[in-house]
Amino acid sequence: MTDLTIGKAINAGLRRAMENDPKVLVMGEDVGRLGGVFRVTDQLHKDFGAERVIDTPLAESGIVGTAIGLALRGYRPVCEIQFDGFFFPAANQTFTQLAKMRRRSAGTLSMPVVLRIPYGGGIGAVEHHSESPEAYFAHTAGLRVVTVANAVDAYWMIQQAITSDDPVVFLEPKRRYYEKAAVDTSASPESAEPMGAARIARPGTDATLIAYGPMVKTALQAAEADEDHSIEVIDLRSISPVDYDTVTASVRRTGRVVITHEAPVGNGVGAEIAARITEDCFYHLEAPVIRVGAFDTPYPQSRLEEHYLPDLDRVLDGVDRAFAY
Amino acid sequence: MSDNTAHEEPELVQLLTPEGELRTHPDYPFEISGEEARGLYRDMVLVRRFDSEAVALQRQGELGLWASLLGQEAAQIGSGRALRDGDMAFPSYREHGVAWCREVPPRELLGMFRGVTNGGWDPNEHRLHLYTIVIGSQALHATGYAMGVQRDGAVGEDGEAVISYFGDGATSQGDTNEAFNYAAVNNAPVVFFCQNNQWAISEPLERQSRVPIYRRAAGFGFPGIRIDGNDVFASLAVTRAALDGAREGQGPTLIEAFTYRMGAHTTNDDPSRYRASAELEEWKRKDPISRLRAYLEKQGLAGEDFFAGVEAEADALGERVRRECRELPDPAPLEIFDEVYAEPHTGLDRQRAEFADYLASFEGAGAEGGR
Ligand SMILES: Cc1ncc(C[n+]2csc(CCOP(=O)(O)OP(=O)(O)O)c2C)c(N)n1
Ligand SMILES: [Mg+2]
Repeated sequence: MTDLTIGKAINAGLRRAMENDPKVLVMGEDVGRLGGVFRVTDQLHKDFGAERVIDTPLAESGIVGTAIGLALRGYRPVCEIQFDGFFFPAANQTFTQLAKMRRRSAGTLSMPVVLRIPYGGGIGAVEHHSESPEAYFAHTAGLRVVTVANAVDAYWMIQQAITSDDPVVFLEPKRRYYEKAAVDTSASPESAEPMGAARIARPGTDATLIAYGPMVKTALQAAEADEDHSIEVIDLRSISPVDYDTVTASVRRTGRVVITHEAPVGNGVGAEIAARITEDCFYHLEAPVIRVGAFDTPYPQSRLEEHYLPDLDRVLDGVDRAFAY
Repeated sequence: MSDNTAHEEPELVQLLTPEGELRTHPDYPFEISGEEARGLYRDMVLVRRFDSEAVALQRQGELGLWASLLGQEAAQIGSGRALRDGDMAFPSYREHGVAWCREVPPRELLGMFRGVTNGGWDPNEHRLHLYTIVIGSQALHATGYAMGVQRDGAVGEDGEAVISYFGDGATSQGDTNEAFNYAAVNNAPVVFFCQNNQWAISEPLERQSRVPIYRRAAGFGFPGIRIDGNDVFASLAVTRAALDGAREGQGPTLIEAFTYRMGAHTTNDDPSRYRASAELEEWKRKDPISRLRAYLEKQGLAGEDFFAGVEAEADALGERVRRECRELPDPAPLEIFDEVYAEPHTGLDRQRAEFADYLASFEGAGAEGGR
């Protein structure tokens, strides 16, 4: 067992994937000597060389577009997009090409490309460094979308994302990069939870609180803080697909659901999950499915982000609303 | 690119040597009055002081981030002073010297980095668009603006010109290259001013371009010129000529100001991880401010009184910047919902009302309230 931060765990997972498969490449802006602005690729350039750890020119469309070409040539590129807000120049390559290649080629062509994106707010950053774009990805068929909330998942899920033959958008909760956990890096990959499975992060009986990525910690705090109810917390882990078996089993037991994410609630991931739960668990529900997220505005200047982002109080308020029925 | 190449490149326009000697250039006949030269010196000293105060304010937790212009004063002040009042400038996020020339109050520049605003000033009042963080975007905005100038019939003698600032890294971005092409195809009155400070965070120029940046212009069909970016006279003269060409209908120009980012990329960055300090020492010898000071002294255009006066002004500016930064008011929580749309939006109005109720629910409990 080694104590690793989420950032270090991703780094260790990348290293193991690169050791296991010479076709795995790391590419992005400043991922080389600097080791990325969050140091997630630290030392990889030194140990695997510039052929496998590529400091790309400053062009995100180029990163994803050439990753597609490398994948066509048999490589497994892991692209780092420096910040959430800088994904958008790569939107065309991702949405029109990467996501559709398998279907267009009738399964002949695989796109084992990972897009690693530090996402989410709460770090006091300037504009474009705090966004939660997961709904765009989840809305796009052909992309798997996952996110991690702890170092153990970080270590294993980055490796699973790399071995997946589908393109995977791997969202890294940047404000949680420094959260630590004990990781057994010598364990066999088979022992790890599969990437697509949700996890009951805290069992409970009265309500189901669904979260992912940076909000898992807040959800656990909320469950802890609510002394009147027994709250079950689900860490979704995979946003597309969602593990509805785990979700609906929980909802059928508790009858109340609160979904929380940092992204705006409007047309968000929570909206989709709420709709599915309503269809699949209608007769088990004691209350409407409640969503707690950011407002449907642009991410505000950092001095307002504590009001914009759902925090412990807002999540608890959502829980209260679920119990008001 | 090693720094010697700069001097071997015959195309590099230099009018003021690092030793403070004037040089002539056949294409850029240059004369400057003592008063104007002293003004440029004052600008550079003051903006450098403003910048170092901002770095200190970030260290003290008063700013979330700062992107220092240290070393790039000549490129920015020279080109900024070449602009006429009616010209329009599109900056990236490091153009504090240009903002200074456009008379944006320092306080308003700090706002974005303190996190009280995502903008800061009225772009139309100052003829300086807002800072743009997403690399390359503003090159297209500038080009489109210039296409508007054309359609308004404002090209011709005493016409308007537009300038777009960006870095060496930005030249890799699709938007920047599209801007070059749009400007060329439309013969738009825009000057592309690239500050090649040798680094895009940790990536050296070789990771962005195999040819000197100014040569890219030829492929798009307009002139490209490399200037000594630490020479405020070259920056002034060449930018002025390019702007005049644009306003008179001769179309775009690319200026590559060959300079150096003397500080970290931003206050978050640690350059010791990726570049040698010898490089910095080398560039210190080419400092833009000391060479102008040497010129002023050698020419007898300024004495101790003048330099001491500028220092005193810088001290006063520093004091003012520290005070005004701390005084910048935090926005009220409900401002999150302001100015998202020009017209009422029912969905957002509902969220605003709900959030106001939510905030009010804390008021009795002594926690934070609404406005
Ligand atoms: C589209 C986009 N991708 C990535 C970034 C992150 N980023 C900010 S500054 C920078 C380097 C810019 O280098 P350059 O264009 O040379 O300008 P400089 O910072 O040196 O002035 C990068 C990669 C960004 N702001 N926008
Ligand atoms: Mg640069």
